[in-house]
Amino acid sequence: MNSYHLDHLQYLETEAIHVMREVAAEFERPALLFSGGKDSICLLRLAEKAFRPSDIPLPFLNVETGHEFPELLEFRDRRAKELGAKLIVRTVDEAIAKGQAHPAPGEVSRNKLQIPVLLGAIEEFQFDCAIGGARRDEEKARAKERFFSFRDAFGQWDPKNQRPEIWNLYNGRVNPGENMRVFPLSNWTEMDVWEYIKTEKLEVPNIYFSHERDCFRRGGQWLPVPPPHTDVAKPDPYAGARPKATEPIKKLVVRVRTIADMISTGMIESRADSVEDIIAEVSAARVTERGTRADDKASEAAMEDRKKAGYF
Amino acid sequence: MPHTQHPIELLRFNTCGSVDDGKSTLIGRLLYDSKNLMEDQIEALERSADITGGGQINLANLTDGLRAEREQGITIDVAYRYFATPKRKFIVADTPGHVQYTRNMVTGASTANLSIVLVDARQGVIEQTRRHTFIAALLGIPHLVIAVNKMDLVEWSEARFTEIRDEIEAFLPKLGAFHDVKFIPMSALNGDNVVELSKDCPWYGGPTLLDHLETVHIASDRNLNALRFPVQWVNRPNNPTDAALHDFRGLSGQIASGIVRRGQEVVVLPAGIKTRVATIWTYQGPLEEAFSPQSVTLCLEHDIDISRGDMIVGLDQLPGHSADLHAQVCWMHSRPLQAGKKYFLKHGTQTVQAIVSSLESRINMTTLDPEPAPAALAINDIGGIRLKTAKPLIYDGYATNHLTGAFILIEQGTNATVAAGMLSAPTETARPEYADFAI
Repeated sequence: MNSYHLDHLQYLETEAIHVMREVAAEFERPALLFSGGKDSICLLRLAEKAFRPSDIPLPFLNVETGHEFPELLEFRDRRAKELGAKLIVRTVDEAIAKGQAHPAPGEVSRNKLQIPVLLGAIEEFQFDCAIGGARRDEEKARAKERFFSFRDAFGQWDPKNQRPEIWNLYNGRVNPGENMRVFPLSNWTEMDVWEYIKTEKLEVPNIYFSHERDCFRRGGQWLPVPPPHTDVAKPDPYAGARPKATEPIKKLVVRVRTIADMISTGMIESRADSVEDIIAEVSAARVTERGTRADDKASEAAMEDRKKAGYF
Repeated sequence: MPHTQHPIELLRFNTCGSVDDGKSTLIGRLLYDSKNLMEDQIEALERSADITGGGQINLANLTDGLRAEREQGITIDVAYRYFATPKRKFIVADTPGHVQYTRNMVTGASTANLSIVLVDARQGVIEQTRRHTFIAALLGIPHLVIAVNKMDLVEWSEARFTEIRDEIEAFLPKLGAFHDVKFIPMSALNGDNVVELSKDCPWYGGPTLLDHLETVHIASDRNLNALRFPVQWVNRPNNPTDAALHDFRGLSGQIASGIVRRGQEVVVLPAGIKTRVATIWTYQGPLEEAFSPQSVTLCLEHDIDISRGDMIVGLDQLPGHSADLHAQVCWMHSRPLQAGKKYFLKHGTQTVQAIVSSLESRINMTTLDPEPAPAALAINDIGGIRLKTAKPLIYDGYATNHLTGAFILIEQGTNATVAAGMLSAPTETARPEYADFAI
């Protein structure tokens, strides 16, 4: 410290804290998107560092697809409570019931359906800003994203017409109905996230660590077998996401590298059961993190298209 | 603040050059040869090579992420890339070379320690080369690399390389202050002198690009001189359960420059009140001292009315204080800048109204000389302007302090960011009365 030197993680941390405080100072009704995933776990620690000893001055918001890993929801609820934060949850199921979201015939993934739910929640609570844990290293379209990403009244991102972002001077001005997505972890890599989790001794949901699980092979990935369909009065929410007769179930030792929901998350075979093991695994990895995300494989521009429509 | 066992420095650089100079190819090459590419990225490259590239892998596809870019074969916005070697971590801003996208270069370069300007060895120095070098100098980027690319297409001619170097060295003095300038002959397409030394140019005795990026001295790039602490957020717990926090009044922010110590005398501007730093509060506990660019929360000895936009400074080297400002701006919007128009000006942590009182000059990008009294500044123009702000700014000249000398202009109504501005050195210094705070 007495060399007046910040290492790369300290640099990323101070940059992110600065961004979070800009949000608290410049927006009237900001929210923080907290899913319980590893990136948003880092956001929570950064929020503590930015705002303590005061309360974290923004509620947490999560959009559920209805296909979540139960472990993740438990973790999300518990952390919000521990931090004394207000947690707002809106679900795709509710939105479908209210006619705000319309599943495409035959489409099992509810990834795209999160968009109207998120936009609906932003409108319902009049949020003018939502802080998210997206990182530029995740995907090519994200690489062009700003820290302060302007969304018009339709929630849309226009990649060709982004506000230039110069020095650390973020332009957070929005008109009524418009909003901003803010990404304090923009400059973090997957490795930085895990190194931060290690340095800060942050708790993560246990599905990041290796465990035994029933899986089946589809689209070049190991997908988790969904929980059984118990409430027969309702249609099976996992219809289409269950293994077919031609897709044998295998018990594997796996973990998740990135978490969407059970339908879009490929499990990786891994024996990593500590943060140190995960760091070793990430540094030796031969595919990117989003290589395990079925939702990104749809096409070269899958992420770009979803982002334009209002995705995180 | 977290501490890793072996602190690894972060170097931020940007690449610039005109279309087809091979910027994206160069970044692709850096990632590929330094083993920072993953199998699925290579697969995606090969897939698009089979479909559109006639089987030839196009390293540029790694950075050209948006559909329109792949279709048109150009980079339309700043793309950020991340890679690491055992020696350093890197953040790369790939900034487009299209004439109309100069604003993106300013964006990408504003946070860089180093700029790489690409020159096509066949074409030599063109207007874009001068423009990009000029912008790097204007933004005060300390380290410059001139990457003379496509050397394979001029038979690795030393004479050609020297000719280009001489031409650039001839106009560099006019631009002022780079700490160091490195010329590297290379072929990004073939990977010569990017990560591996080329066998084709025995006459070149310098480092590869990656060697240089890993070793260029950046430790003294930070500004540890005069303390500047723009107050970002007033930290005052509501109804804290902890009785000790009832009177907690913290001033949160990121130290823009200098070092702050517990017990140090400071002045709060613009009020001009002198007090001491009682505590440097952080989540992990109090610090004895903190330095730029750390984010901390300061508690002062006296309960002074302070809000966002105020600045806490040390007693030496006081900043400027004026509502009449002179600045260089890079205009970034298709609606041109005209004198008399009102904007929001964001400087540090405060936003004030400002009126552009006059346009004094416009840089001729071919000669790099200022031309007096332009009628307007169009998109991608750089020029000198005078501004009047509704409230005096506490500021420094950009040349001495990037963070307290920079501003952006925001158009009222649309909220578009229309300009990046760099303030000239102040003529009036803040003159606090230095009355010690007394109850």
